[in-house]
Amino acid sequence: MSFYDRLSVRQKQTVWAWGFLAIPIVFYVVVRFYPTANAIVLSFQEWNLLGARTWAGIDNYVTLFHDPVFWKVFRNTFVYLLIGTPVSLILSFVIAYHLDKVRFLHGTIRALYFLPFMTSAVAMAWVWRWFYQPVPIGLFNNFLASFGIAQIEFLNSTTNALPAVLAPAIWAGLGFQIIIFMAGLRAIPKTYYEAAHIDGVSGWTIMSEITLPLLKPTIVFLVVFSSIGFLRIFDHVFNMTTNNPGGPLNSTKPLVLMIYDTAFNSFDMGYAAAQTVVLFVILLIVSLLQLRLLRDR
Amino acid sequence: MIKSRRMFSVGAMAAVMGLGSTLLAGVARADVEIEYWQYFFEARVTAMDTLIENFEAANPGITVKTNQFPYADYRTKVAAAIPAGEGPDVVQLFYGWLNDYVDAELIQPLPTDAFPVETIDEEFFPMVQAMKRDGQYMALPTAVRSLALFYNERLFDKAGIENPPATLDELVEVAKKLTVRDGAGNLTQVGLTSGMTAQDHHWWREVLVRQFGGQPYSDDLKTVAYDSEAGRKALAWYAALDQEHGVTDSTFMDEPQAAFKAGRAGMHIDGSFRIGALNDTRGLKWGVAELPAGPDGTQSNYSSYWVNAVTSKATDEKYDAALKFMAYITSDEAMQIWLDTVGELPAKPSAALTDKNQNDPVYGPFVKGLGYAQSTVFVDESGQRQLMTDMVSRIELEGQSIEDSLTEAAQAEQAILDGFYQ
Repeated sequence: MSFYDRLSVRQKQTVWAWGFLAIPIVFYVVVRFYPTANAIVLSFQEWNLLGARTWAGIDNYVTLFHDPVFWKVFRNTFVYLLIGTPVSLILSFVIAYHLDKVRFLHGTIRALYFLPFMTSAVAMAWVWRWFYQPVPIGLFNNFLASFGIAQIEFLNSTTNALPAVLAPAIWAGLGFQIIIFMAGLRAIPKTYYEAAHIDGVSGWTIMSEITLPLLKPTIVFLVVFSSIGFLRIFDHVFNMTTNNPGGPLNSTKPLVLMIYDTAFNSFDMGYAAAQTVVLFVILLIVSLLQLRLLRDR
Repeated sequence: MIKSRRMFSVGAMAAVMGLGSTLLAGVARADVEIEYWQYFFEARVTAMDTLIENFEAANPGITVKTNQFPYADYRTKVAAAIPAGEGPDVVQLFYGWLNDYVDAELIQPLPTDAFPVETIDEEFFPMVQAMKRDGQYMALPTAVRSLALFYNERLFDKAGIENPPATLDELVEVAKKLTVRDGAGNLTQVGLTSGMTAQDHHWWREVLVRQFGGQPYSDDLKTVAYDSEAGRKALAWYAALDQEHGVTDSTFMDEPQAAFKAGRAGMHIDGSFRIGALNDTRGLKWGVAELPAGPDGTQSNYSSYWVNAVTSKATDEKYDAALKFMAYITSDEAMQIWLDTVGELPAKPSAALTDKNQNDPVYGPFVKGLGYAQSTVFVDESGQRQLMTDMVSRIELEGQSIEDSLTEAAQAEQAILDGFYQ
């Protein structure tokens, strides 16, 4: 009699449960936890992808701390977050709130808002990149020029470039946030609103006392989700500035692009890993903070 | 059970027979298969396939298996495969990566009996000597690339310009005639394309700095030397193209080569690898000229190249076969095939400087440029290019002075060099 046959029914159930659970656990260990641990180890080493890894102590972190580009990039990353998240949330809430009331062509309008979310970020970034070009090929500048207005340097400017890159990124994420907001709005029982109307409460009070508080779980989810998205912004920036990645003068460079550049153009894997660990810590702190601030008391 | 046993015996028989036939073949002739790795670029793959066909016909018993990867994954794959005993026996790499490959012991030196150093020194263009380590060549190119001035013949005719500019002063004058602005002063056609992100960083470093009397790096290559009077003059001249003469704009039409392809640029400095793309552009009539000479007549050019090397994985009969293959792909015959297929120039004067090539209206200027070309020994090409881009951006966007911007770039590049050579 084998070992398995001697087990009780309950023990067998446990074995099966663990058996099924083992698959995702093994998967996660292999594709998530092992590389994460490896990256942390690598951040204390020096490696150019070709030779052997050598220990470097905390050298990579010291270099990082003294690297002016890193602090610039650090700042940019938070600008993406601090502009991107509130703007996209407010926009998507306003659109969802009004779209919820629209009956005429409701499905079509909703689909139009959702469409950018389904579009490849690379394709979208390139189209916007051409929109932003100076005369004679840029859509926006050609439009301005035809009215005799001076051209705007969208991408070749240390001040305009970041907002110009951020705009399509916000637009691309709107569709998803609108759908989630609408689901949240639909989930609020109609009876609350009816009761409020009977009591003759003002529209603003309904919004602040009923709609927003009951949307809190939705808002928490979207804030955390979009914050992580903006902290990890890469494809829009990379594709809109491929000639001078993250430029001009690093004014659009987010942390992920710096990591990519360090790892796969300069082949300085240890330094890139140190940057990755810093990004990991930032993501962790921001997510925990938001969960704590926005959770139900 | 029975089935699997039968399968086993069939397998064993096949293995024995296979072994027997290999042994037999070994007696007749050594059948060797070597593997060659390159990055994927269609014309290069086609050229290599032709070379392999010729090589296999001339060397019965040796077969060459090729494998190509997208450029982005290439280095990672090579690095992972060779130490694991997999991967190529002969590998293609960018000349700027040689130090990394040598340090990581991924490639082995070419033996001096088959590849005598003096002969190579003599036969190949001088810049190839950068491939020597401790008196032995580590790698050799089939082809090299250089820069030249592309010009749009239709725009030249329209502006009544007869000849491409031969000096930097003429370049500015011609560019002025070719520049077109609309009523509001917006550029709609540039005289000369520009952009440190494209080929201009090579042009500035190895050509302009030298033409203004300086040199980009010290002779031992470990020190940045362009933070000098010559460097300042070269940078001032370059920045004036946009800021003073208004004949160019680095953001015009997104990319320099796009502006030239679209017929919106009079002149464009680019490498020989651009020829293929321009040939395919309908409606574009273009010519090529040597890079303009400097104020005192100095000519210079920048050359880069991909090399082939025998990896440390190749041993015994594979090593011998790999050497034979290396010898063939660096022969004059292979170089001419490469030029005809890819458009990249032969790495030996004997193959490059033939009358046919020198008088070729398209290849001629590139080939002549090779005679006086320099190769920058990069330690981090993209990092070093970025510094050049930022150097110009600081002047254009932040109004920094030429002196300060140059010094800042030189210091940052010195830090990169120090980090490597320390």
